[in-house]
Amino acid sequence: MKKIFKNRIAAYTLVFTMVLLGCNTDETQTVATFDNLVLEDNFDIDGVIDTTIWNFDIGDGTAQGIPGWGNNELQYYTDRPDNATVENGFLLITAKEEAFNGAQYTSARLQTKNKFQQQYGRFEARIRLPYGQGMWPAFWLLGDDSDGSIWPQIGEIDIMENVGDEPTQIFGTVHGPGYSGAESVSKNYTLENSRVDTEFHVYGIEWGPNYINYYIDDVLYNQITPEDIDEETNGQGEWVFNDRPFYIILNVAVGGNLPGPPNSETEFPQTMLVDYVRVYQQ
Amino acid sequence: MKKINNINRAFILLTVLSVMFACERGLSDDVEFASFPTTGDIFTDAPVGLTDEFFVSFDPAGGANPEGFGTDDNEAFEGTSSIRIDVPAPNDPNGGFIGGIFLDRGAGRDLSGYDALTFWARASTTANIGLFGFGTDFGENKFSVGKLNTQLSTDWRKYTIPIPDASKLIQEKGMFIFSAGGLDIIDSVPNGNEIGFTFWIDELRFENLGTVAQPRPRIFNGQDVMQQGFTDTSVTVVGLSQTFNLEDGSNTTVEPAASYFDFKSSNLDVAIVNELGEVSIIGEGTAIITAQLAGVLAEGSLTLEVGGSFDAADTPPVRDPADVISIFSDAYTNVDNLNFAVFNDSDVQIETQNLGGDNIVNYNNLTFVGLGWDGTENVSAMEFLHIDVQVTSSMSPNLTIELIDFGADNADGGGDDTGGGFSVPASQLVEGTWVGIDIPVNGFTLGTGGGFFGSPNLNNISRVVLVSNGGSFAVDNIYFYRD
Repeated sequence: MKKIFKNRIAAYTLVFTMVLLGCNTDETQTVATFDNLVLEDNFDIDGVIDTTIWNFDIGDGTAQGIPGWGNNELQYYTDRPDNATVENGFLLITAKEEAFNGAQYTSARLQTKNKFQQQYGRFEARIRLPYGQGMWPAFWLLGDDSDGSIWPQIGEIDIMENVGDEPTQIFGTVHGPGYSGAESVSKNYTLENSRVDTEFHVYGIEWGPNYINYYIDDVLYNQITPEDIDEETNGQGEWVFNDRPFYIILNVAVGGNLPGPPNSETEFPQTMLVDYVRVYQQ
Repeated sequence: MKKINNINRAFILLTVLSVMFACERGLSDDVEFASFPTTGDIFTDAPVGLTDEFFVSFDPAGGANPEGFGTDDNEAFEGTSSIRIDVPAPNDPNGGFIGGIFLDRGAGRDLSGYDALTFWARASTTANIGLFGFGTDFGENKFSVGKLNTQLSTDWRKYTIPIPDASKLIQEKGMFIFSAGGLDIIDSVPNGNEIGFTFWIDELRFENLGTVAQPRPRIFNGQDVMQQGFTDTSVTVVGLSQTFNLEDGSNTTVEPAASYFDFKSSNLDVAIVNELGEVSIIGEGTAIITAQLAGVLAEGSLTLEVGGSFDAADTPPVRDPADVISIFSDAYTNVDNLNFAVFNDSDVQIETQNLGGDNIVNYNNLTFVGLGWDGTENVSAMEFLHIDVQVTSSMSPNLTIELIDFGADNADGGGDDTGGGFSVPASQLVEGTWVGIDIPVNGFTLGTGGGFFGSPNLNNISRVVLVSNGGSFAVDNIYFYRD
């Protein structure tokens, strides 16, 4: 009896191992090629945002020459702990409804310009989003403009955007010359039996020469290549993602052209929680 | 003895073994488990696990129409059949509205794995359905949930009724409830001009959507209510609701039964609250009543400031019985079979209260109420009508007291009835203080709301009527007397 029993365990172990092997990532994906971790912020120190990595964008965009941050957004960005802080291992970016320097709302926008910039690689963050009409959270990249180039020539890679009245949908987008703003190249992903505001999801891209792969959790849901840009713009668009390093931006906008303004049912404050930001290169 | 014991042991062992062997044959279908079925489906192309007569109508005596319910093999969102509900016009002889529940056939279902009741529906015209929900079993209705005023379209659409806290639903029999009245395209006032229509329901089931989120429970409609309380009285937590954000980003609000909430009193020496949201005031001080639903603090609260008991009115003086005709007083012998509301408007709330042996009556939100009794009283030999009144709401109400005399026939009507009113001066209506009002019996000179011209006869008095503009009053010691 004993012997038979042991053999059974061995058999089960074998089956289990095979199942595990069966779960391995499909080798045709390029996920594994960026495995050298070069930036990691796990937001582990309460109350401290690491300023060796992050800058704050302040204001309503007027000082930057783009009032409403170019999208008629309604918030005033601050660097107050009310709008951005670290608690319990998470970066919290909080949109509040309050009169502040002529705006009705405050929020925060953190970016890594001149502190961390990189061309190509795997950029990912684990995030729980806010919800409600008018919320516009994003995890995105902008191209370095130190050579004097201006948007959209510098390029923009929106790794994850969401509008708060669509709690199961995110979208990944690229902007460049010939395909910017409302003409950008974008794809939606809809979660089944899950939401962006009740659970954390990992949002990321793998970006290499002539491709950007978009994924959420373990689902690769889009690949954008120069051919796609050609197709979408009838040959007018220019692939600008082999040109320069990009920096990271995390923000929660309120209102603006894309989501529209908050309404009476929008609950404030609303917080985006970021568990980590990680960047890999080859 | 020992031997017998051994035999017994052997017998027991044998029995146990045979029972164990019996188990090898597998469980009979009749075996009942301590847990209940988790079936989510209620109606697909046929009722699932429901009673044979799966629709239980509201009481036809209350106007419900039990005839308009059925299934329809010519209409379905999916499959071959749907539920068809013919909403009657208000003047339908079979009943002017339709509604009822679907009851589980067995002991109930374990719905704790679901987060919403969902169904597809369409209507013959765009129309509003007054109530959809579940948890009503025509028993305790302990975990009832209702969503009010759902607008249906003429195409099939999916509707979601969130479950406020599914962990409570481990044995639920009330699978579905609906109630619908006619469609009003003219004035949206329920006045008989509504028309009937038809709606269909299909694919009715409990589901685990995973997207029912951002719960926002409320008590007292989300308001922080401050209220003066009195020992040995009770108040009820009202204004219960729960709002969820659904998959499409919309907010949906349902009205859950009190039993979904966990109520809490901040001071158990002042007030205690039970699972039905009934707050018993037991001591002096301050208590704040709050609630949670599934661990989420509800918006809204009740702060009770309890200064003591509600004081009784002064006890009337001892009088010769010949000098008193008492309607309502613990100091005298009263008329027979006093009724605190022979007639009244429907919004008035009436409760009697015993304050250490002294009974009083509270009329809240009063527009009119008539006190009546058996027979009539000849008060022509009396000098005054006395009544003790305390204003119990914060508004400054008015109050008129009327007498009605049934005339020589001692009966309501007959052409010989008279009546008249006396308007109580505002100075005698004081919030929180008993005021004794003495009105000369010939002082009821005003015309009445019922159409009498004032100055009634006094030989056959049959009613004392209180008329106000929505005020709340405690009332005691209503009697006629002479000095």
